[in-house]
Amino acid sequence: MSPQINLEEQFQAKIDAEIKIEPKDWMPDAYRKTLIRQISQHAHSEIVGMLPEGNWLTRAPSLKRKATLLAKVQDEAGHGLYLYSAVETLGISRLQTIEDLLSGKAKYSSIFNYPTLTWADMGAIGWLVDGAAIMNQVPLCRTSYGPYARAMVRVCKEESFHQRQGYEIMMTLMNGSAEQKEMAQDAMNRWWWPAIMMFGPTDSESSNTEQSVKWKIKRHTNDELRQKFIDATVPQAEYIGLTIPDKDLKWNEAKGAYDFGAINWDEFWNVVKGNGPCNKQRLEARQNAHNNGAWVREAASAYAEKRAKRSVTAEVA
Amino acid sequence: MQQQDWPLWEIFIRSRQGLDHKHVGSLHAADAQMAIENARDVYTRRMEGVSIWAVESKYIHASNPDEAGAFFEPAEDKVYRHPTFYDIPEAIGHM
Ligand SMILES: [Fe+2]
Ligand SMILES: [Fe+2]
Repeated sequence: MSPQINLEEQFQAKIDAEIKIEPKDWMPDAYRKTLIRQISQHAHSEIVGMLPEGNWLTRAPSLKRKATLLAKVQDEAGHGLYLYSAVETLGISRLQTIEDLLSGKAKYSSIFNYPTLTWADMGAIGWLVDGAAIMNQVPLCRTSYGPYARAMVRVCKEESFHQRQGYEIMMTLMNGSAEQKEMAQDAMNRWWWPAIMMFGPTDSESSNTEQSVKWKIKRHTNDELRQKFIDATVPQAEYIGLTIPDKDLKWNEAKGAYDFGAINWDEFWNVVKGNGPCNKQRLEARQNAHNNGAWVREAASAYAEKRAKRSVTAEVA
Repeated sequence: MQQQDWPLWEIFIRSRQGLDHKHVGSLHAADAQMAIENARDVYTRRMEGVSIWAVESKYIHASNPDEAGAFFEPAEDKVYRHPTFYDIPEAIGHM
């Protein structure tokens, strides 16, 4: 037996025994690469995900809503940082990770390439988009890589408020005027399908799932999570009088779950490939923020250097 | 200058007076003061902390996980270090 095979077997045995993998432990290259890709994509999604909601910060309908939205957007920045911190433990520099986003090499969740046209979109995003994210993230709290799991525990603790504030916005609109109801339904119509696409391609098309499940990076397949999300969300929509824009949606008594209509995968892949309504705008916003912040980073470095020198002089004197 | 990462800092938070500081993650900052201020914004948005330590990551020395077996082995066969190793009559009650 070659030493390499032996190491891989020991590694898999640890995974099977639910022993977490920590940064300095031996791990197969492919495990490391999969994690770098997945965690950095996740981090980028949190960061880019601030943009669609940022669009409404200055136009929130009340001070309370504004404070809430600001707090939520700040949380997403924090989530991005927890995850960047986790990905860095895998031996890739923070600068490189960010560079990969800015150059367009790295991906982020396609949902954030859709525009936020009305205030009701803040409700739909919190409720549906964060709701779908929670469905994905809760099992990730038990993922096999320690730093990723710990970051996810922190993220999940904060997500619940995001979903609840979104649902509350929708509920308020649905208790309002005819126009407000229409606005909420319109947001529902636009966000429903992109939200259920957030779980990724269907299992038969998802090439990485099997290995990721074996390594316990993932604990459920895309389709399992999508089904769970739909089953949880339909009654919430009904409760406030919103219609799910899917004429094939129907409770299936035998399977104890909802049947739903065909997903437009052409649209999904089109947005992944960069042709969604806002792909260009989102990337440009990140690039501008980075470039326009360069002088701040330089000034902070210069200030830190000056202070370090001064404290050395003080010690000598 | 901008092409260089700021140093990495490990962040430790005391959640309540009387408890230990606990490692929560890391962040980049130009200096210690910035590390502490950023740690406040990243890790204590919901009153998770009353005190923050920031330690530049390069000053952390760690035991080698590949040698963990041998390194921690001396403690493995010393059951007599645990209270349950000693039989005390029931009649004595809690001891
Ligand atoms: Fe988040
Ligand atoms: Fe969120």
